[in-house]
Amino acid sequence: MNEKFENICRVKNNSATDLNLIPVYTYSEFSDLALNLLTKKENHCVNYFASPYKNGLRFIASIADDTAGDIILLSHFLASSEPKQLNSLTPKITALHIFEREIFENYGIAFKDHPWLKPVRFPHDRFDRNLKVNDYPFYKINSHELHEVGVGPVHAGIIEPGHFRFICNGENVLHLEIQLGWQHRGVEALILEKKQLLQRVILSESIAGDTAVGHSLAFAQLIESLGDIKISGQLMVERAIALELERIAIHVGDIAALCTDISYGLGANIFAILRTGIINYTQSWCGNRLGKGMIRPGGINLPFTNEHKKRLLEVLTKFEFQFVELAHRTYKLSSVQNRFDDIGTVNEDLIRSIGAVGMAARMANLNRDIRSSHPFAGYIQFPIEPVILPKGDVFSRFLLRRKEIKRSIAWIRNILANANFDTPSEKPVNEIVLKPDSFAISLTEGWRGEICHCALTDDTGNMIFYKIKDPSMHNWKALELSLRNLEISDFPINNKSYNLSYCGYDL
Amino acid sequence: MGVGLVLILITSLIFPGIVSVVKAKVAARKGPRVMQHFYDIIKLMKKGNVYSRTTGFLFQLAPIIYFSTLLTAVFFIPVGNYKALFSFEGDFVMFAYLMASGRFIMIIAAMDTGSGFEGMGANREAFYSLLAEPVFFIIMGSIALHTGHNSFYDIFSSLYVESALTYFVSALSIYLIFWLSMIENSRLPVDDPNTHLELTMVHEVMVLDHSGFELGLIQLAGGLKFAIFGSLIFNLVLPIQNNYFVQLAFFPIVQIIYAVLVAFVESFRARNKMMRNAQWIITLSALSIVVFLTILIIHEKVGMLP
Repeated sequence: MNEKFENICRVKNNSATDLNLIPVYTYSEFSDLALNLLTKKENHCVNYFASPYKNGLRFIASIADDTAGDIILLSHFLASSEPKQLNSLTPKITALHIFEREIFENYGIAFKDHPWLKPVRFPHDRFDRNLKVNDYPFYKINSHELHEVGVGPVHAGIIEPGHFRFICNGENVLHLEIQLGWQHRGVEALILEKKQLLQRVILSESIAGDTAVGHSLAFAQLIESLGDIKISGQLMVERAIALELERIAIHVGDIAALCTDISYGLGANIFAILRTGIINYTQSWCGNRLGKGMIRPGGINLPFTNEHKKRLLEVLTKFEFQFVELAHRTYKLSSVQNRFDDIGTVNEDLIRSIGAVGMAARMANLNRDIRSSHPFAGYIQFPIEPVILPKGDVFSRFLLRRKEIKRSIAWIRNILANANFDTPSEKPVNEIVLKPDSFAISLTEGWRGEICHCALTDDTGNMIFYKIKDPSMHNWKALELSLRNLEISDFPINNKSYNLSYCGYDL
Repeated sequence: MGVGLVLILITSLIFPGIVSVVKAKVAARKGPRVMQHFYDIIKLMKKGNVYSRTTGFLFQLAPIIYFSTLLTAVFFIPVGNYKALFSFEGDFVMFAYLMASGRFIMIIAAMDTGSGFEGMGANREAFYSLLAEPVFFIIMGSIALHTGHNSFYDIFSSLYVESALTYFVSALSIYLIFWLSMIENSRLPVDDPNTHLELTMVHEVMVLDHSGFELGLIQLAGGLKFAIFGSLIFNLVLPIQNNYFVQLAFFPIVQIIYAVLVAFVESFRARNKMMRNAQWIITLSALSIVVFLTILIIHEKVGMLP
């Protein structure tokens, strides 16, 4: 065992690796290694996918080591002549369930003993075309006392499509199953299809509309590592500021939305007004309130200048003053505490077992923050400490947003006090020659959590495979678990407290 | 005689508008016009109806019955010295059950749609009104015991406020009727009239399938409910000895204060957990028993208690 660990392939975040350097194990060796690694608390699987390669499928698993700041790459190969069946690792490591389901859906690999081998998103190029989105195999209970409630995929509010199936005993939810895939657009295939860099980066901005900066940053870093482009420290800092502004804006918008859902009128309106201040600033910087057009590979079209710096300080000062005042009032209001406290609790063990990332992990005492464990962009130069809360209920998720906003503001202030923006950063690169036969991985921490983009190139430097993982892939499971034994009327605030992405999952 | 009725009807049209305007102002929004609610109803009345295929005639009949029961209930409410259209011994029992039968028919209509959401809402509405009913009867019964009369007009016209204990009874009754009106009108903290989330709705989900003229009637009925409770509060606030003109002047003032209070409650607090609603309503019943006991103390009938 130790012998295998010694020649294991360890890479850093945002790096491209020669495919030949990734060791190819047999499946039993791969299973042993992966299980061995993933039972350790500091490791979690950030991506595990299969891609067509020569006459079979190449499986690559990326396991992040949070203490060492490394990513461990493992792979195995399944020739098309072999039976399409593998032993599932999910019974031992629950967090792998979603990756195995994805591989099963895309390539028809039957994972033996997988407890929940169901379709993920019904992609256009799925293996079993006969399986339609309406035939999703829901979990059923045959009972006269219990009833099912189905919500969606069309909802009363202006939100994305998703179907929620509750099995209830009166008002109590015994089980919730979430079926997604209604919004599948085929982003991964589109990124390969579009050959121009600009087309690709614009696509990446639209993977999840509320995480435009997070996803485009992951894409840009991936391309830069594949094209071996070094960017200046100043540009790195600018990107991190953009990411933090997105975090602040979405968090404060979510606080407003949570107030709406509990009918706290004052919070609902004023927090929404505060969000506008931040997104308007983003617009004045890059021309788009959601931060589209901000991140480009190799540079930035609209650099951050000292003028921007001055205005950002003004905006933040005004925002912080009002935010702190209203947050103080809202979070201390007994009716708000009464509504949020102690519902939808998911404990640390459950959160760890399903492999939740980002906010969903940090609200339940699990320290998962790519910004500190695998620093990228401006977080290398200016480290940031994650906010961890112990309890894991709706109030924790509500409170985590407030605390993260405060920390982000403090972090941006620290940068603005120390960094210099006298000379504008470099312009974006239009053409990039990618390294041949390489595997690149890029992790960023969007406001929702860890975003992972992976790409493979062939021997001529063409991109042949692209894999996106939005944090929602793991975190929808946390919502399902939150609802256990909860009243069905508490579903909306639980759903809003996670605010997961439908399109980020559906791709 | 008709003056009271006209006052209540006018209030019913304006009241929801005042609430939404105040809520908007508190939240730094511009908000709709005061009469917007009324215009919306007119717009709805002009529209055609859409019926689901699973519903029967009961579903179409329900809003009309609902509205007419409430309108009939209005005839029982005196406004100060202005007598109600109908007044007889025990009319407040008739009044309470008119309101209840309106609710009953709406619950039946909601079940008629066969929708999972509507059944859930109907179930909740039935449960909460069941719990809220004692509050009204204990208060009215206590005051009837106090005055020795049992029709609305007689009760209110002989309700003297002379000692500290009767002040306490009036104040507590007004407080309870205020919260009772919030439950009856499906407002905070039990329900939220503005939510779009079916799973958390109580009353709103029951009327999801209604449209056009009938939805207009339901909304008119909502205004009527507020006006009914506003008049009850007015009767408790203002002694009937004042002359007609003072009462006429005070009626709108009391209604506006009531509307502003409703708006403030909806702006400055969050709603209850669904689970805690029952507990909260039972607390109101417990408080109404305090009214009853105080009346017993005033009349020195405490010895009657076991």
